[in-house]
Amino acid sequence: MSRQPGPVMVASGCGGTGRELAAYAELVGLDFVTRSITLDPRPGGPALRIAESPSGLVNAIGLQNPGLEHFLATELPWLVRAGAHVFVSIAGGSMGEYADLARRLGRAPGVAGIEINLGAPHQVGEGLFDVREPYHAASVVAAVRREFPANLPVLAKLRPDLTRVVEGARGAVDAGASAVVVGNSIPAAMPDGRPGGLSGPAIGPVSLRCLVEVVSALDHVAVIGAGGVSSVEDARRLLDLGASAVQIGTALLHDPTTVARVRAALTREEDPL
Amino acid sequence: MADEHGPLHVTGEVLATKKAGAYRLLTIAAPGIPQRFRAGNFVAVSVDGGRLARRPLWIHRVKEAGAFGATLDVVVNAVGPGTTWLAQRPVGARLEVTGPLGRPFALPREPVACVLVGEGHSAAPLFPLAERLRQRGCAVTLVVAGPDEAGLLSALEARRSARAVTVITGDGSVGVRGDVATHIESVLERADADVVYAGGPLPMLRAVAAAAERRGAWSQVALETPMPCATGLCQGCPVPVVSYDGVSRVVRGCVDGPVVRGDRVDWDSLR
Repeated sequence: MSRQPGPVMVASGCGGTGRELAAYAELVGLDFVTRSITLDPRPGGPALRIAESPSGLVNAIGLQNPGLEHFLATELPWLVRAGAHVFVSIAGGSMGEYADLARRLGRAPGVAGIEINLGAPHQVGEGLFDVREPYHAASVVAAVRREFPANLPVLAKLRPDLTRVVEGARGAVDAGASAVVVGNSIPAAMPDGRPGGLSGPAIGPVSLRCLVEVVSALDHVAVIGAGGVSSVEDARRLLDLGASAVQIGTALLHDPTTVARVRAALTREEDPL
Repeated sequence: MADEHGPLHVTGEVLATKKAGAYRLLTIAAPGIPQRFRAGNFVAVSVDGGRLARRPLWIHRVKEAGAFGATLDVVVNAVGPGTTWLAQRPVGARLEVTGPLGRPFALPREPVACVLVGEGHSAAPLFPLAERLRQRGCAVTLVVAGPDEAGLLSALEARRSARAVTVITGDGSVGVRGDVATHIESVLERADADVVYAGGPLPMLRAVAAAAERRGAWSQVALETPMPCATGLCQGCPVPVVSYDGVSRVVRGCVDGPVVRGDRVDWDSLR
C-alpha cells in the first residue's frame, strides 16, 4: 500500500493546474488534488462563475477541464515532474465513464491516487451520474476500485449532507474506498438563481459537524476533513477531532500562500527537531 | 519554487493616497513587486469584512527610488463595499498584495506607430506602456477617454508620455465630445497606426479591436473581468477566445490575460 495522503492537501479545483500555485507553495511532496477531470473536455459555465457571500464564495464553474486526453498529455506530466503527489479528481456522466477514467489513470505514470467527486453541488445539472443516493455512490466507488491499481488509494469525496453523510461514508468504504473526504461546497444559488456551491469559512461549522459524525460512527476509517479550512488552527482542530488529513481549498483563492503556511506549521509539529 | 519573474504575495503598506478625479491613487510599498513589473500587469489585494474575493487593481506607475525603495501606484475605482474600503485606506495601512499578475502588453520589435486608448480608470496600464514604447522609439498617440472630466485618468500627464494626445469626454466638458467608438477610426488614420493597445469597458475594447482589424493593425486589449482569485487557481474569470487554429476555447482572464489579442476574443460570448 502506498503512502496515505496528508496531513495537508490542496483541495480539488483550488490549485489551478499546479503551475500557478508553484509561485506560492513548494510542490515537492505536496498532496495535490486536481480539479475534476472528465472523459471529454468541458468548457464550463458562463460568467458570472463566482460570487461573494459573507465569509464565503458561491461558485458555478461548471467543471471546466480539458478532458482526460489533454490532462494526461500536458498537465499530469508537469505536476509529476514538479514532484507533487497527484490525486486526480474524477467526475463522470455514467458508471462506464468512471470505470474508463479509473482504468486509464491507473496506467498513467505518476498518479498517486484518485479522488472521486461524489459531491458536486449540482450533480444532475452538470450531466453527471446521479450519486445522491449513497447506494449509487457506492457503486461508483466499486467500479473505480475494480479498475484502479489495488496499491493506490481511492478517495471518495462526499457531500456534506448531515442526514446522509455517515451512510454515504460507510457505503464508500464498504465498496473499497481507501479514505473518505468529508466536506465539499454545499448546494447554494448564485445571485441570479443559478445553482452553485457555497464554500469558505461560512461552511466550516457544517463540515466540522459532518466530520465528527463520520469519525464517531466509523472505526478504523481514514477520514479527510475539508470545507472552510483557512488557518493552522482550523487544520489542527480537524486533525484533533480525528481527521487523518485536511484539504485546503477556498482559502487559497483568498491567500495563495495558505497551503504552504499550514503545511510548514504542521510539519514542524510532526518532526520536533 | 518561486522564480525570480513570478508573482509574490507580500504585506504592503500604503505610503500615500490621493484623489485623481473620480478615482483614488494609492502609492504602495510592496517589496519585490515593482522590480518584476511590466506594463499591463496588475496586483490583487485583499479587502476586509469576510470578503474572500481579491480586488484586482491596475498598476499605473512604478517609482524606482525613494525612502521606501521602489513603489507601486495603483488605481482604485470605488464601485462596491470592497473597493470603497480600499479607497479609504489611510497612509500606513497594511494590505495583502499579490503581484505582479497577468500577461503584460507585448511590445513591438520595431519602432512602429502605436495608438494607446484608455477609458476611465482602465487607462492606468497604458501610461507605463507609453513610457516603454517611447524608449523603444515608437511614435505614441494616447487617447484618454471618460464620461466627464472627473472620469479621465491622468489626462494632464498624458502629454509627457505621448507625441499626440486626444481627450474624449461623453459630456464634452474636456476635449472632444462623444465616445471612443465614434472617434477611433480617425485617430488611427491620423496616427497611421500599426499597433493599437486599449484598456476600458468591453464595448469600447470591442470597437477598438474592430477598428484596428479594419486597418490591418495589431490590437491588444486589457480585459477587466471579475477575478475571484486573480492568480489562476479558480477558473472564475472565463474569457472565450478563438485560437489561431479556429478552435474556440475558454481561457482565464487573470493568467492567460488580462492582455489578449483583440482579434482572438469571442466578443459575442464574453460578458
